[in-house]
Amino acid sequence: MIRSHVLICGGTGCTSSGSATLMSALEEELKIRGLDDEIKVVKTGCFGLCELGPIMIVYPEGTFYSRVTPEVIPEIVEEHLLKGRPVTRLVYDETDVPLAEGQSVSLSDTNFYKKQKRVALRNCGVINPEVIDEYIAMDGYQALGKCLTEMTPAEVIQLISDSGLRGRGGAGFPTGTKWNFAAKSVSDKKYVVCNADEGDPGAFMDRSVLEGDPHAVLEAMAIAGYAIGADEGYIYVRAEYPIAVKRLEIAIKQAREYGLLGKDIFSTGFNFDIQLRLGAGAFVCGEETALLTSIEGHRGEPRPRPPFPAVKGLFGQPTIINNVETLANIPQIILNGPEWFASMGTEKSKGTKVFALGGKIRHTGLVEIPMGTTLREIIYEIGGGIPNGKKFKAAQTGGPSGGCIPASLIDTKVDYDSLIAIGSMMGSGGMIVMDEDNCMVDIAKFFLEFTVDESCGKCTPCRIGTRRMLEILQRIVDGKGEDGDIEKLEELAQTIKATSLCALGQTAPNPVLSTLRYFRDEYEAHIYEKRCPAHHCKKLAQFTIMPDKCKGCSACARVCPVGAISGVIKQPYVIDPTKCIKCGACIDTCKFGAIERK
Amino acid sequence: MKSLAELAAIREKMKDKVAIREGNNGIRIVVGMATCGIAAGARPVLNTFVEEIAKEDLTDKATVSQTGCIGICQYEPVVEVYEQGKEKITYVKITPDKAKRIVAEHIKGGNVVTEYTIGNSKI
Repeated sequence: MIRSHVLICGGTGCTSSGSATLMSALEEELKIRGLDDEIKVVKTGCFGLCELGPIMIVYPEGTFYSRVTPEVIPEIVEEHLLKGRPVTRLVYDETDVPLAEGQSVSLSDTNFYKKQKRVALRNCGVINPEVIDEYIAMDGYQALGKCLTEMTPAEVIQLISDSGLRGRGGAGFPTGTKWNFAAKSVSDKKYVVCNADEGDPGAFMDRSVLEGDPHAVLEAMAIAGYAIGADEGYIYVRAEYPIAVKRLEIAIKQAREYGLLGKDIFSTGFNFDIQLRLGAGAFVCGEETALLTSIEGHRGEPRPRPPFPAVKGLFGQPTIINNVETLANIPQIILNGPEWFASMGTEKSKGTKVFALGGKIRHTGLVEIPMGTTLREIIYEIGGGIPNGKKFKAAQTGGPSGGCIPASLIDTKVDYDSLIAIGSMMGSGGMIVMDEDNCMVDIAKFFLEFTVDESCGKCTPCRIGTRRMLEILQRIVDGKGEDGDIEKLEELAQTIKATSLCALGQTAPNPVLSTLRYFRDEYEAHIYEKRCPAHHCKKLAQFTIMPDKCKGCSACARVCPVGAISGVIKQPYVIDPTKCIKCGACIDTCKFGAIERK
Repeated sequence: MKSLAELAAIREKMKDKVAIREGNNGIRIVVGMATCGIAAGARPVLNTFVEEIAKEDLTDKATVSQTGCIGICQYEPVVEVYEQGKEKITYVKITPDKAKRIVAEHIKGGNVVTEYTIGNSKI
């Protein structure tokens, strides 16, 4: 008889920090102790606290262990699982106050979880994603059953419209409206496509849903198929997500065996099946028309819209394309009703949104919050604030298509419309936190480098325009910026936005425009004063030795690769700025903190 | 899957098995499992509680977990029952048979088995 479940995260983050060896070590130890018929080990999807991995949770107590290694497994088994004493030393503790002996912290009691509201991620870290029965135990496939047996397709669409659900992939188009367009298109053949080509740097929301709760996506696609009259679905997922691909394959196989995909589902005459298509990792294939072209077997390039996919999509047939997170919300909306969903969030942005927190923040990981939560709550209450006592400078949302939110707007409510109003966007949910050491010109350059690399090259504004912008930014951070560069950037940006073929080009200038809007002074300092206010840009940095602190030990002179440092032993040394290559080796070597970088 | 009834059957069968992960719901039965407790026979007591709770279909009402030594080693196996808004009940010198009675009368029926509690002078 099972009395306890030990959940170990099998998401990508924890897998790379060694959760697979941990799991086998635990199973081995339980066998040795003769506890293997009392304690069940369950591999789950992502819990969200990726930085603390591998993560292990012991139920029914809910004790939360972080950064667990195979070496401590015998101790946890003997002390906690056998004798019931949590190993306090290994329990995750987000406060600086040490835990009392025997005290344990439940995952749901941490600040990281308390403010969250998990809808799309509800089963991630709770069920074993490779066992369909566990999904069914969590009311899985009930929503599909309800739609097929109690509702007409029009009622399903109406319900989704009433909930106010908007696309979670970035643009925020109302899902019900999209479904309605496809339902009204007359054709014998229609398709449902799931866009799992998550490509924003630092974003991994969709990957975690696919890894932690793949059946939710399959169920939602079948519901969408019923609503618009499609019998075939495709999931377009990046080949760089091997765990997600494997779990989707298992999930599709299990759903077919149970007859939840295939012919005559629930004896209602409704047929629906799903195939996987792996993308090779081109960012542009996240754009819907490029994605469809890629599924058809062609090179992934976008095409002009209209016609929209809802009218003429995959193989020329009416098609709806929904993002993974959007779909993961659908079964919950069907089961709990549109009013329940609409009760969360703000007036025009309903429900919750998953964000991947990254950058200069204590708890990097995955969070799901109601729309309208302020940036301050996300960063300080959930994310634990900025590490090393640094000051918050800005948050970047929306990846290469989005923009920066400066510290002065930290009380902004995060939803679709307020982010657009301040020049950023929700995007797919990447959130990169920056502190005072980040140079905003360099950040803009980073994102533009990404879009220049990922531009498919089909249209000129995106192919050439973004490259010209990047050249100007490179010049500015190299200290060669000229008067008029800012204006040139702005002019190019407007032209690219107005004339690019697809969203990749239309949004590519956003990181530059938004940093110009809030941090124009930093651009000006680079150009006119040849200085980087964040002391980040290498070419603009100046290294000097402070004579009063220098002991004349010569350590810096010995480590300097270009011989730029000279002096006499026991006298202050000096750096020759014409020879200095700004590598920083001297700062790392100096024991007296006598070298300053400006 | 030919009918909703089939789906419901799987759900019912599985629900109890994952209920344990939903955290503390309602009543918490905590068995002392330190060295003294184990030596006094706490393991079969713990297993009996788990089995009886499942058998009586109480998994959504009560969870069974363990704790360390609470310092009254001569009374082991010690079992404590926590319920929101009620005083903690401490049972002492529990055996598998007594455990069955506690589940039936206290957990299911709501009546504390006074004769097994620590306050009872006969123990």
